Amino acid sequence: MIRPDAPVLLEVCDLRASVEDQPILHGVNLTIRAGEIHAVMGRNGSGKSTLSKVLAGHPAYTVTGGTVTYQGQNLLELEPELRARIGLFLGFQYPVEIPGVSNLEFLRVATNARRQQVGEAELDTFAFEDLVRERLAVVQMDPAFLDRSVNEGFSGGEKKRNEILQMALLEPVVAILDETDSGLDIDALRIVAAGVNQLASPDNATLLITHYQRLLDLITPDHVHVMAAGRILRSGGPELAHELERTGYDWVDQELALVEVG
Amino acid sequence: MTSAAVGDLVAQPYKYGFVTEIETEKIAKGLSEDVVRLISSKKEEPAFLLDFRLRAYRQWLQMQEPDWAALGYPPIDYQDIVYYAAPRQQAKKTSLDEVDPKLLETFEKLGIPLSEQKRLSNVAVDAVFDSVSIATTFKEQLAEHGVIFCSISEAVKEHPELIERYLGTVVPGNDNYFAALNSAVFSDGSFVFIPKGVVCPMELSTYFRINSGDTGQFERTLIVAEEGSSVSYLEGCTAPMFDTNQLHAAVVELVALDDASIKYSTVQNWYAGDENGVGGIYNFVTKRGQCRGARSKISWTQVETGSAITWKYPSCVLQGAESIGEFYSVALTNNRQQADTGSKMVHVGPRTRSTIVSKGISAGHSINSYRGLVQIGPKAIGAKNYSQCDSMLIGDQAGANTYPYIRSQQSDAVVEHEASTCRLSADQLFYLQSRGIGFEEAVSMMVSGFCRDVFNQLPMEFAAEADKLLALKLEGSVG
Repeated sequence: MIRPDAPVLLEVCDLRASVEDQPILHGVNLTIRAGEIHAVMGRNGSGKSTLSKVLAGHPAYTVTGGTVTYQGQNLLELEPELRARIGLFLGFQYPVEIPGVSNLEFLRVATNARRQQVGEAELDTFAFEDLVRERLAVVQMDPAFLDRSVNEGFSGGEKKRNEILQMALLEPVVAILDETDSGLDIDALRIVAAGVNQLASPDNATLLITHYQRLLDLITPDHVHVMAAGRILRSGGPELAHELERTGYDWVDQELALVEVG
Repeated sequence: MTSAAVGDLVAQPYKYGFVTEIETEKIAKGLSEDVVRLISSKKEEPAFLLDFRLRAYRQWLQMQEPDWAALGYPPIDYQDIVYYAAPRQQAKKTSLDEVDPKLLETFEKLGIPLSEQKRLSNVAVDAVFDSVSIATTFKEQLAEHGVIFCSISEAVKEHPELIERYLGTVVPGNDNYFAALNSAVFSDGSFVFIPKGVVCPMELSTYFRINSGDTGQFERTLIVAEEGSSVSYLEGCTAPMFDTNQLHAAVVELVALDDASIKYSTVQNWYAGDENGVGGIYNFVTKRGQCRGARSKISWTQVETGSAITWKYPSCVLQGAESIGEFYSVALTNNRQQADTGSKMVHVGPRTRSTIVSKGISAGHSINSYRGLVQIGPKAIGAKNYSQCDSMLIGDQAGANTYPYIRSQQSDAVVEHEASTCRLSADQLFYLQSRGIGFEEAVSMMVSGFCRDVFNQLPMEFAAEADKLLALKLEGSVG
């Protein structure tokens, strides 16, 4: 939903970042307003995942230039846990397994950290169980997953659903979903997409990072950005995604060559 | 970068490092037959005990210090150690009111209040300061059930027949170098006797405190559970920070008769030395339980976080038919700490079963080795063992080793061994952080998760304490 007067939630300006001294992002610009769904598309290695990790504060990435403003605050000076508590969410492409840590307890600690930040009362184990059972419905997840260790032995699809469950519990302001569609069969994809649609509201925003049109058939973006060589090469509406689907990424290479020559 | 931050986290200052200023009676440094006689006479011991000590001492002289463990330390000068130190006070106290308030204060500071108003309501405590026991709580209440819980010195005086019958029957005076040394010079420790058919009505606990800088601690604990009885016992230990190393060589013997069960838990937090490995306790301990009776059970649970060097293999000799031995261990090493620890399960009787679960966590430049023996004798028909040894590495400078030994003389025995090594990974930490969980809490969550199987075995009152102790060791500034 595009409303030109909606408040800006996330403003990325000329963002540059590197990993192990290897520059990856070469000046990314992106403005996300409340109520919007954005999709960032691009080939492997174009910098899409790096962008999501830098925004969430992964310690392996070093910001070498530019600014990121989140609801008026300098996001880059905050620890990753604080970014999460104030409403930034990253849905991982490959959620890690954490043996021995109960999924239910993990979800409760995470939810309470967020609630505390926004001035809501912490939930005890009973109140939290009620909440989590209600939110499980968003992703049609079996409550048995709550009793297991975080992501341990989960299938690819179960891990992704667990990510969306976390999103449903944390109620983020800006959710970045990194390749949430990868490794999902069509049924799981539908469930995940329905969950994301259900959680979208005029007050929050979603940034989808994806290779493929098939996710965008289920979640209609307001803005589509094509990323290549660490910058956003072109932005447009949903039609840009369709164009990519038809023509592939070859034109990107040509355009990139022009940019680099110019 | 993240591993350095985790390193900072585990480098938590030791909070029990204070020294109590108290007048101490010490004998001169050094070890000789005369010193052994002096200790025995100070304790007014009967002749059988002096004989036991002297035999052990003479055998010790013939023995070599073991060097097979994966430990490195300069030679110990056994003549540079004080073998007996006691806070100076009048004859044995009859009530707590007569104990030096400084001592009570010390234990209170350690979180072990002994006074009637403050003590834990469901745990009886024996408090040992340097070489002597200063107080035992709930003695009378336990006596009503026929349970004897007192210092071993007192037991020698009050129940010499029990001491003579059981002392040295599980760990003989010449069992190994450190056990022989202990047998010659042991000063105090706890004695527990649970009569036939009695379920001990409360947890029993001994708290060991080393205070003097040049004194060795050689405590001896003996627990006897008669037919059909059961008891749960916990020991805790701390010491002040000195830049010299102190020797601690303890012996623990457990005897379980038919259908008896003994649960022995340890939370070991001796001073570990500083980040460069200066100072700290050398912890050479022999712990062994004998399941003498049919269907008896002995369970060891240990949480080892302290000491510069740990050399310790709590063991079970499973003699009685269908007896059960268990060993659950968490060993955390940091900085320059070295631990070589594990268990021995010796299956003698038929259908005996044993379980070993060991969790080693190594941080800093420490080395953490699991060493275990599973032995199945020719008569142990249908014996079963399950062993699981997991190591977690924090940072990239720490080491973890596993040395499992299996000897079976029984073709139908079932012996299973599983082992794993993992690293506390930056990606796991980031995952938890990206959900709003602080760095320290994230580390602590993962470490407790890793140790859960063992913590579940601790008595309820102490499980939270162990969790807190690990969290404390993992607390600090976020780098």
